[in-house]
Amino acid sequence: MNATHEKLREEFDAYVAEDKKIEPKDWMPDGYRKTLIRQISQHAHSEVVGMLPESNWITRAPSLQRKAILLAKVQDEAGHGLYLYSAAETLGVDRADLIADLLSGKARYSSIFNYPTLTWADMGAIGWLVDGAAIMNQVPLCRCSYGPYARAMTRVCREESFHQRQGYSIMMELMKGTEDQKAMAQDSLNRWWWPSLMMFGPSDKHSTHSSQNMKWNIKRFSNDELRQRMVDMTVPQAELIGLKIPDSDLKWNNETGHYDFGEIDWEEFNNVLSGNGPCNKERLEARNKAHDDGAWVREAASAYAEKKSKK
Amino acid sequence: MSDKKNNWPLWEVFIRSRQGLGHKHVGSLHAADAEMAIGNARDVYTRRQEGVSIWVIPSDAITASAPEDSEALYDPANDKIYRHPTFYVLPDEVNHM
Repeated sequence: MNATHEKLREEFDAYVAEDKKIEPKDWMPDGYRKTLIRQISQHAHSEVVGMLPESNWITRAPSLQRKAILLAKVQDEAGHGLYLYSAAETLGVDRADLIADLLSGKARYSSIFNYPTLTWADMGAIGWLVDGAAIMNQVPLCRCSYGPYARAMTRVCREESFHQRQGYSIMMELMKGTEDQKAMAQDSLNRWWWPSLMMFGPSDKHSTHSSQNMKWNIKRFSNDELRQRMVDMTVPQAELIGLKIPDSDLKWNNETGHYDFGEIDWEEFNNVLSGNGPCNKERLEARNKAHDDGAWVREAASAYAEKKSKK
Repeated sequence: MSDKKNNWPLWEVFIRSRQGLGHKHVGSLHAADAEMAIGNARDVYTRRQEGVSIWVIPSDAITASAPEDSEALYDPANDKIYRHPTFYVLPDEVNHM
């Protein structure tokens, strides 16, 4: 039995190393299944919780067009959550259990959504930086070894590009406005810059899941590699519209061909991760309230379906 | 039915992206009945004109072949290369065949 298992495991590792895809009914090691369930469901939860900070501004968007755009973006986030729950379910978990873990606080979601959205400019900063960081993380996942996850990510990435561009366009517009509007955009960048860089996770020195996930082609690039890419790509975009990155250590390094940047406040990172961010409690309460308030709708739909099936 | 785990059945969703093409599997979703499954599929999978027709099928109605059976199902075709046109070497003078 053990020998068979060992052999299956070796065949699996060799197969995945050739960059081939695994589909739901194929044999896979328990660790592979577990790590994917954890990652995909956390990702789904992040999409769902990610609707909250933005929905805060739907009723206060500065124009009808911006309101329609924000609505479409928030609807996309819901859709992304659903693609991902669908992918997670192919691994043999029940969606209701995953959602119960989110509501009870057992499951994690991206810490970035535990920061408050104080001004309209935050809709710009989130689209530009948070969705920007998400794209950076997600593009390599389109080639992930697990087929259903890779296919879900392909859809997500296609839609995410609109999110980032609409965010940057909000910032652009504010930077063409009054002094107050410019200050609002700068303040927003000041608050979102570091949390966005934290989205890439702990530094490579302290990342627990990385090396096995790299071997399994679930992860393609290290946290620090992707973070560096984000900085290199974003700094010129900020400069172009007159925004200043809030990092006194930031400077171009001619030798490496990259920007050097300051150290992340890992204490803040761990603090928010362990539940003590500015909005952790509020986000979970909002999710639970929405779930509970919607219970009668789900019950009514079930009752209606049952009644119809009896006819 | 009022417990938190009020799971609606799972449906597989297939979309025809445009006339002339077949329906293609795009994912799954939960819905109380077929009508709701179509409505949800429309919201989840066709927000950007990805489709002109939707099929929803209860997931448990699908019978799938098992990966273990691959050899029995697909290997026999390997030694029947004479089924492919390139098996037959014809003189260059024979065009368009």
